[in-house]
Formats: sequence, structure tokens, C-alpha cells
Amino acid sequence: MTVTLDEQEQRWLSGADGKAMQLAMQLVHAAAQVSGASRFVPIEMAHINSCHYSGAMSLDFAEFLLAEGATLAVPTHTNASLISCSSPGVRPRATSPDEIDGARRVMEIYEQLGCSSMWTCAPYQQPEGRPGFGQQIVGSESNAVGFFNSALGARTNKYGDLLDVSAAIVGRVPEAGLHTDEGRRATHLLDLSGLSPGSLADANLPHLLGAVLGREVQSRVGVIDGLASASEDDLKAIAAAAAAFGGVDLFHIAGITPEAPTVEAATQGVAPTHRTFVTDDHLERVRGSLTNVDGDEPLRAVCLGTPHFSVTEFEAAAALLGGRQIHPSITMIITTSRAVATELDLRDLTEAFTQSGVQVVLDTCTYYTPRPTGVDGLTMTNSAKWAYYAQGILEIPVAFASLERCIESAVAGRWIR
Amino acid sequence: MSRSLEGTWLVGGPIDGEVVRLEEPLSFWGGFDAATGTVIDRTHPQVGTSLTGKVVAMPGSKGSSGTPGVLGESIRRGTGPAAMVVTKTDINLVAGAITAAALYGTPCPILLVDLAEFETLVDGEAVIAPSEKTL
Repeated sequence: MTVTLDEQEQRWLSGADGKAMQLAMQLVHAAAQVSGASRFVPIEMAHINSCHYSGAMSLDFAEFLLAEGATLAVPTHTNASLISCSSPGVRPRATSPDEIDGARRVMEIYEQLGCSSMWTCAPYQQPEGRPGFGQQIVGSESNAVGFFNSALGARTNKYGDLLDVSAAIVGRVPEAGLHTDEGRRATHLLDLSGLSPGSLADANLPHLLGAVLGREVQSRVGVIDGLASASEDDLKAIAAAAAAFGGVDLFHIAGITPEAPTVEAATQGVAPTHRTFVTDDHLERVRGSLTNVDGDEPLRAVCLGTPHFSVTEFEAAAALLGGRQIHPSITMIITTSRAVATELDLRDLTEAFTQSGVQVVLDTCTYYTPRPTGVDGLTMTNSAKWAYYAQGILEIPVAFASLERCIESAVAGRWIR
Repeated sequence: MSRSLEGTWLVGGPIDGEVVRLEEPLSFWGGFDAATGTVIDRTHPQVGTSLTGKVVAMPGSKGSSGTPGVLGESIRRGTGPAAMVVTKTDINLVAGAITAAALYGTPCPILLVDLAEFETLVDGEAVIAPSEKTL
């Protein structure tokens, strides 16, 4: 199938409007041909990852867009950066000057191009980064793509680096995949009726369920049947784990997510081609894989906030901490966005965490390399996504536990199982 | 004598080089080192294989957001593939190759072939594909 280009699109492709428009249109055009789309759909916002430094080409590409006068067609928000502007000590420049300088320059350029400076993987936790039901958008970061599609009913495929900002520049994407009704149909049913009451009440259930969802459906669209309730924080955890374990860009939960008032609505009346009867054993196998250490390793760090912590998650952590000091041998970092931090300031919570010895770090994530200061040995987390990636990327021992167990361990200065 | 390949151009050719065939998809982000041009994914059966200057035959990439940048970075450094032959359309590879060509003038043509053609390819074999218009 060949996509038909209108006059404007042909003009961009010809280079008549400059090299940046030409390259952006080339990439979006290539995406249309690769996906077999016959036309484009206009988008209303974008959340991009090209602003995350991944080597010299990401900087060269950004410099090119700026020098060639690229402009953004839609409100465009930035994903988390390699560096934290508020806490530069988390990744000191001396450890990797080229990467740190490159990341800083890339941040400046995307701000100059007109992006809003959110620097968060959870843009949907603030009003401007929260698309409405049915809106056509561009997402890139995997948990955000899952949340936009699943929890909010907005429509996006997962766009890789270079293509995401290109789509924001031309303001359109190929009409394919999750932008279409048929692409959003669930073909895989996950039946939770076999889970024990204990599993259903587990504090880590959303993370574990997301991981099982990812493993079972891979990149298909799944519908979960049998979950009584799920908060926004729960949906965020499911989206993050499902994307890490399987590349899930959209899932439905019967009775909870907006396109799934019923299982039949999610499957659009067509019988699912795949079914999984989820058991406690599925959850325990996943839980086992998230901790890669047995022995009595000394605890070094606790990392929370993957994806970026919400106000309600901070409130829960503050209640569990109860004003106690964390142990002086422990580095405890909670990552979040500037917008959530502003909300915390208003509630005097930032100061409370700081006084307890907890670092509230903005703009970045703790599983990227170079490793954050102090995250250099056994680290606990309540995030399945963090545990999954940190084992490989940071090459450290990781223990996955509930939020409560993470905080009690941080206070005690040892891994409380 | 190089064997001639038939297929559809995802990024325009020509191809003229020696084949390395990867049996499984590869995530360039986290699975390929642009500094050395080698596969570093420990779960990939061909970990340690150099892709530098080769016609890399592979089913496609996996993972997502970071792959275009890492492929493009390797093309910039001269450690990347000279060309690729894939069995599945793959926008992440295409975006990396198009952007590297625009920024650095270094081509990395990508040819889409059918599975039967892919399976005839053997490591070290010399192949060519004449230039035609891109798809």
C-alpha cells in the first residue's frame, strides 16, 4: 500500500521548507510505508524520548534540528533525562564528562526547540501531559505509551528515537496499529479467577501482574478479567512492568479501563485467540526473577520512583516512614517530576523526606548508566521495571519488595525479608 | 563472484559486501556496542559477533525507543553495518539509517527479502543488490 501525500507533505519532502522539515517528513513517510498505512492522522500532543542523550548522534540530530529551524506542530513534552538538573551529584560530571555534557546540551536544545520541560516518564501525572480519551498522540517511553493507551484511552504506537520528534514536527503519524479501532482489539484473555485471596491482596500485585501480562501476551493486546479495582498508581505499575517484560503498548482491564466496560467490548465481540489462566505460580515465578541475590549481602541503597512517583505514592511513603531517619549507611533515592515535586513542596513533604535522609531526585531515573552515586551494591526497589532493567544495566544485586519492606529496610540499614 | 539478492528497498542501495547472519532479532539499545561494533546481548546466541562493515542479515530489531540512535551512532563511528537484509519491515532500523545518511552522508542500505531468500544466506558469503528506487 502506498500513502498518498498532500501538497504540504510533498513540499516538506522536497526540501523546499528546509532540511529539518525534509528529514522529519522522510522519517514519518518511511514509517507510513513500513506500516502499510494509506494515510496520516493529525496528532494533538507528543511525549518524546529523542531528548534523552544516547550517544553523539542524538546530540548531532538535535543540533541539526535547531540549526535548520525546526518547529514543533503540537505541544511536546520531554521524557526523563540522563541527568538531574536539581541534583547534579547523583551523576557527577567527573564520572563521564562526555555523556553528562552531551545530556545537558541535548536538554537545552529541546527546550530551545519549544518542548515543555517536563523531564518525566510519567507525564500523565500532570494536566498538560494527560491526553483525553480518543485523542491521537505520539508516545515513546514504554510505560507512558501503555498508560496513555490503556488507562486514558488515548491512541499511540510506541515511537522510537528520531521518529517521535519528527512526528511532533510534522504534526502527524501514519494511520496504523493502535491509532485504529481494529489495532486496539484484545486478542488475548488473562483470567484471574484462579488467583488466591492472598495474591489478590498482595501489595506488589500490580507490578507482578504487569510482568505476567508482558510475558504471556508479548506484543499482542490483552484483556485482564477478574481485577476488582485498580488505582492510577496500580495502572502505572502494570503498564511499566508489562512493557518491560513483553513490549505491551496497550492492555485492557474489564470494568476498569475506558475501552473495556466488559471483556466483550475489549475483544470487540470476537473470540480471543489466546487465553491464560493466571495462577499464584505465575506471580511467584515472576517475583523470583526480580530478586537476583540469595545471601546476606549488605544493603547499600533503596531506589523508588520508576516510573516517577506520584503525589499519592509520596504520601504513602511518608506515612510508612513516619518521620524516622533512614540508616546512615543507606542511599535512598526517590525519583519524580518537577510538577510532582512542586505539589510536595506545597504539602511540606519534600522537607520531611530530606530531613529523614531521603533524596528526592527530579528529571531522571536511577537505572540509567552511569550508576547514581551510592547505588553500587545490593539495592531494594518496589518497582518490577526497575528490578528488571537494573539487574542487566547496572549489574548489581537487586531485591524486589513491597514499599513497606523497602522503607523498613532503609531505616534498619539491612535487607529485611 | 557475488550472489545477487532480490527484495524491496526500505532504505536505498546498492549493497556489495560480505554477509553476517543473525539468527534472532537484536535490540541495538543495550544489545549492541556502538564503540566496538559487536553484539553484547548475553541472551543472544551470537553475542560477541562483529557487525562492522558487514551486510548484516537479521530478522529485525526488538525493543524499541533506543535502537535508532544506537544504530545511527555506530554508522557515525564507522563501526556499524555496511548494509542490512531483513525479513520484516522495521521502522527503528530504517529511521536510524535514514538519519545517519542525512547527518553524516554514510549510507546503510536496508533490503527487505522473503524468508526463503534469507535462509539461503551464509556467513562470509559475498552478496550484491543493485541500486533501485526506495520503497
